[in-house]
Amino acid sequence: MINASLTELRAALDAKRVSSVELAERFLDRIERLNPALNAFITVDRAGAMAAARAADARIAAGAAAPLTGIPLAHKDVFCTEGVLTTCGSKMLANFVSPYDAHVVTQLKAAGAVMLGKTNMDEFAMGSSNENSHFGPARNPWDTSRVPGGSSGGSAAAVAARLVPMATGTDTGGSVRQPAALTGVTGIKPTYGVVSRYGMIAYASSLDQGGAFGASAEDCALLLSAMAGFDARDSTSLERPAEDYARELAAPAAGAAPLAGLRIGLPREFFGPGMADDVRAAVDAALAAYRALGATTVEVSLPNAQLAIPAYYVIAPAEASSNLSRFDGVRYGHRAAEYRDLADLYAKSRAEGFGAEVKRRILVGTYVLSHGYYDAYYLQAQKLRRLIAEDFRAAFAQCDVIAGPTSPTTAWAIGEKTDDPVQMYLSDIYTIAVNLAGLPGLSHPCGFGAGQLPVGLQLVGDYFSEARLLNAAHRFQQASDWHLRRPAAAAEREL
Amino acid sequence: MSLTIEEIRRIAALARIELGEADAEGTRRKLDGIFGLIEQMQAVDTRGVEPMSHPQELAQRLREDVATEPNRRDDFQRIAPHTEAGLYLVPKVIE
Repeated sequence: MINASLTELRAALDAKRVSSVELAERFLDRIERLNPALNAFITVDRAGAMAAARAADARIAAGAAAPLTGIPLAHKDVFCTEGVLTTCGSKMLANFVSPYDAHVVTQLKAAGAVMLGKTNMDEFAMGSSNENSHFGPARNPWDTSRVPGGSSGGSAAAVAARLVPMATGTDTGGSVRQPAALTGVTGIKPTYGVVSRYGMIAYASSLDQGGAFGASAEDCALLLSAMAGFDARDSTSLERPAEDYARELAAPAAGAAPLAGLRIGLPREFFGPGMADDVRAAVDAALAAYRALGATTVEVSLPNAQLAIPAYYVIAPAEASSNLSRFDGVRYGHRAAEYRDLADLYAKSRAEGFGAEVKRRILVGTYVLSHGYYDAYYLQAQKLRRLIAEDFRAAFAQCDVIAGPTSPTTAWAIGEKTDDPVQMYLSDIYTIAVNLAGLPGLSHPCGFGAGQLPVGLQLVGDYFSEARLLNAAHRFQQASDWHLRRPAAAAEREL
Repeated sequence: MSLTIEEIRRIAALARIELGEADAEGTRRKLDGIFGLIEQMQAVDTRGVEPMSHPQELAQRLREDVATEPNRRDDFQRIAPHTEAGLYLVPKVIE
């Protein structure tokens, strides 16, 4: 059951071969034994999980199950969960019990999924390694001395180690795709506006997007379908008909060339010297496998791609400085114990509550928005953003999806990149442009690098092409088994 | 461009974050690195390019000016550090 796909779990639940209560207990037991070494979870809600599991069993017995009813789930700790701690990985919210549910949480409760707990993350979603968490780093199940990636490191590690079959994440500069790549799982960030940001604690409002982690594209498709949908409470939520992202996946592979007609664009800027040799080898092999499935590849160019990182590190901190101004010790969260006056209350609460990286980004953001600098920095970055989006538009005239490595390297050692923030920022080089353009992107496992560390392949699609991305990855996964490999640390004999 | 300690302190004051003496130089150095990264943008000629704030050309959705949310002040204040009679308490501002 631990390694079963969501479809297999659904069948087992419906056939009464296992109950939701038994599944919840099985995974909660794994979390209890394996989480101390991984630190993937910040909060485990056993009582809430068992209550939800019992309700799911009743619903299944009544014949009213939805695809995810009764299946265990973890939420990244950036999503507000009513009555359950929501820390955002930060000391600032270490005591925050939300009085309301995020839209994504409401959706998944309505679907009958069973939340087991809240996962570790870089504080306020700012980071690429899950080392910026107030609750300690999450660890990569493939090598616990290494990072799982970030900021959704806990969710990625939890799915990779099979502590849960599925988990939510958020992706602002790569924070679903990159940890998926580093931990050998599949992760998808949809088109901006597809998943409601209501109750998703804000980092950079024009970039943040909720995403899904699963062991496969099929699992991601099922989770994303339940997460997506219009929400009037998010002013950037898109009014579009509901989509079943798994609709193309059930069709049997059309002969020996299920991807015939799919044109894959390979941006020359994504295949330059920045990529590690072991990543390059795995990505090249994966592209050969795509060709064997009938796809063709064509070289494309994203000429402004290398400007994505500086543009992002102006826009995201600017928006963050605005969003995080709400944390002032007055209405919720950390409040300093001693202060001289109101200004001191703010200054001390914020200095004590925020970690170093969060403070740095707030300072950068405050600077670039301040008088005299707005045009030179923020406005310039928004113009670069336009150029980057237009690069993708031009590329999609020649191809259907864009592919490349998700991360320039496999997982690095905890502590290796923490001295120099810029070094850490450069690990997002392939993912960040996708957020600036608002396009959908996914990462799926495509092989291993040195030291048995996972390598991920990124697929980027045009706006609203999530189903096509998931189908392409699904056909790759039907013809390969990278996504079925499990880390030894999480190996478990089934009872 | 390199930031001075005075500029760092000014920004920290704008951001309402206390910056300790011990942290100031380390913060300045790391911010220098970040601004060095950002400087790469300045080389690009963007005359005539429209800034893009959002991937979809969306207008702010409007609605009727009618109250739709219930008053949940008690729920929201239950988690507040310091309240009294429905008010959030802070140090006196006006002498």
